[in-house]
Amino acid sequence: MSERKIRVLIAKPGLDGHDRGAKVIARALRDAGMEVIYTGLRQTPEQIVQAALQEDVDCIGLSILSGAHMVLVPQVMTLLRERGLDHILVVVGGIIPDEDVPKLKQVGVAEVFPPGTLLEDITRFIREHVRQRA
Amino acid sequence: MVTKEMKSHLDVELERWEEETLHPALRKRPERMPEFTTVSHHPVKRLYTPLDIADMDYERDIGFPGEYPFTRGVYPTMYRGRLWTMRQFAGFGTAFDTNRRFKYLLEQGQTGLSVAFDLPTLMGVDSDDPAAAGEVGKCGVAVSSLEDMEVLFDGIPLDQVTTSMTINAPASVIFAMYLVVAEKQGADWKKISGTIQNDILKEYIAQKEWIYPPHPSMRLVVDSIIFCAREVPRWHPISISGYHIREAGSTALQELAFTLRDGIEYVQATVDAGLDVDAFAPQLSFFFNSHNDFFEEIAKFRAARRVWAKVMRERFGAKDPRSWMCRFHTQTAGCSLTAQQPYNNVVRTAIQALAAVLGGTQSLHTNSLDEALALPTEQAAQLALRTQQIIAYESGVTNTIDPLAGSYFVEALTNEMEQGCWDYFEKIDAMGGMIAAIERGFPQREIQEASYRYQQAVERGEKIIVGVNKFVVEDEEEIPILYIDDSVAETQRERLRQLRARRDNAKVQRTLAALKEAARGTENTMPYILECVRAYATLGEICNALKDVFGTYQEPAF
Repeated sequence: MSERKIRVLIAKPGLDGHDRGAKVIARALRDAGMEVIYTGLRQTPEQIVQAALQEDVDCIGLSILSGAHMVLVPQVMTLLRERGLDHILVVVGGIIPDEDVPKLKQVGVAEVFPPGTLLEDITRFIREHVRQRA
Repeated sequence: MVTKEMKSHLDVELERWEEETLHPALRKRPERMPEFTTVSHHPVKRLYTPLDIADMDYERDIGFPGEYPFTRGVYPTMYRGRLWTMRQFAGFGTAFDTNRRFKYLLEQGQTGLSVAFDLPTLMGVDSDDPAAAGEVGKCGVAVSSLEDMEVLFDGIPLDQVTTSMTINAPASVIFAMYLVVAEKQGADWKKISGTIQNDILKEYIAQKEWIYPPHPSMRLVVDSIIFCAREVPRWHPISISGYHIREAGSTALQELAFTLRDGIEYVQATVDAGLDVDAFAPQLSFFFNSHNDFFEEIAKFRAARRVWAKVMRERFGAKDPRSWMCRFHTQTAGCSLTAQQPYNNVVRTAIQALAAVLGGTQSLHTNSLDEALALPTEQAAQLALRTQQIIAYESGVTNTIDPLAGSYFVEALTNEMEQGCWDYFEKIDAMGGMIAAIERGFPQREIQEASYRYQQAVERGEKIIVGVNKFVVEDEEEIPILYIDDSVAETQRERLRQLRARRDNAKVQRTLAALKEAARGTENTMPYILECVRAYATLGEICNALKDVFGTYQEPAF
């Protein structure tokens, strides 16, 4: 039996439409051999967690550039815990000020990737951490 | 520009140079890379000579500033007569916060205002709507009603400033609010001047902040163009924007070609609605990005003017020379800024701003060094403005018009940009126009391809970003950041609660019903939107009324 491919949900919560980063990452992870599901724009935390459950993903990548991360990310994390999905690795990318990074990690985010992060670093991070959790 | 005799002589000389001088040098030291390309992956040759522009005709292709085809600039004296407008985009928090920033910027010598709205406002959602959670006042100012707009421009006489408002899907509503504030100040609509972005096509292509489907959205745009031509003649009812297309990852050529093709779509739709082209074309304006690749950007700006002049004169038969002019605003490239070593962004922005000036822009926004991290602090915004002032007053580049004209490289690149535009226009025309192309996902796919290709080039180290994939430092010092706290949302909720209790709600309902009726028919929607605004209907209420008639839009899968 071949090893199951890593399944990643790339999601854009909130009202922000800037999807360049989300789409580039989705494609890079796909090229790296992962199964990638992209939610499309303007998903509520509820919709994102629902999609994660249905798609049985190992990782959720949240892309936020609007400054709403301190409201939206904790909502996603709370819902994941409530549904017993806290094994899912959650990473965040976008415009995130340095001082918010520890706060996001405190609510359970595994890593935050600011603008300029190399795709290779994101891919490696997801691969290593999903494996550790498995 | 080159006679046949000169051309064959140069051909021989060029060959001789390669043989005698170049090749021995290359054998000793090969070039740094096998291939040199612009940031847009456009090939750049080792050397440009008169041979590269041998077919150009000075009078036909370059000409004189202020005259067709405007390659050298839209005005006869350019910056010798008047500098570009230094227009820094600003907006955050409540209307009170942004009003204070506007007054600060005007005191600092800024010459025009430019409003950034928050995401709920950009999406036609009120601050107290659950969908606005976490976003109120975050990346711009929250404006949910006429009352917010009154606060935003309090103490700023609208007949003495020019204001640009970056608003698209709900543009006609925000514009109506501005007009009513002007009315209340006693400012004559015939005298006020400014711009609403109002470019919905690039939302479907790149920025993705739409509300309604493309066709009714186009109708709202055309309604506002027609309304302005009649009632607010000095206003620019649309700023046809490449900025966001570029930020989404397009090449310089794609930015130029898709933007100008969007322009064609708007002109055609307005002509189809019965307006004479010369009655509105002089009020159209454009908005471009200025990215890192210096000469490519300058060539793009020069080509923009020449292509648009030809389009307007030849495709649309415009007779008024003002209709042929491509006037544009420029913003330096937000996507080129890095979170790593943020002070490097000051240098990037200065180079990009210089390209915009050498490209003949009419107004300019320079980004602040902290914008890969958050909205700019006051200090960062001041430094960004100072960058423009140093270019304007110290560098000397404003002393003569279009100083790079005649450069073999810049002229050749300008020609290549122009040709690239005609090729894209042909493809999009063959698909049935820009809306049809958008529905097929054509421009979206082209941009996605380009952005992925660029990112891969960065990963492989073929394209260098200083501080990101080369010259990296491990321990970075932190810089001060502007924080928007959540009291903004609370303030907005409370203000809206009071407004909804205070206003004449029966009148609100009547004006909304009248707007829906007009939207179902073919009348111009602007006068009806103005009535809703005067009755203090909120942005969300007005957009929802239109949504009831027009429906919403889902992006096609591709």
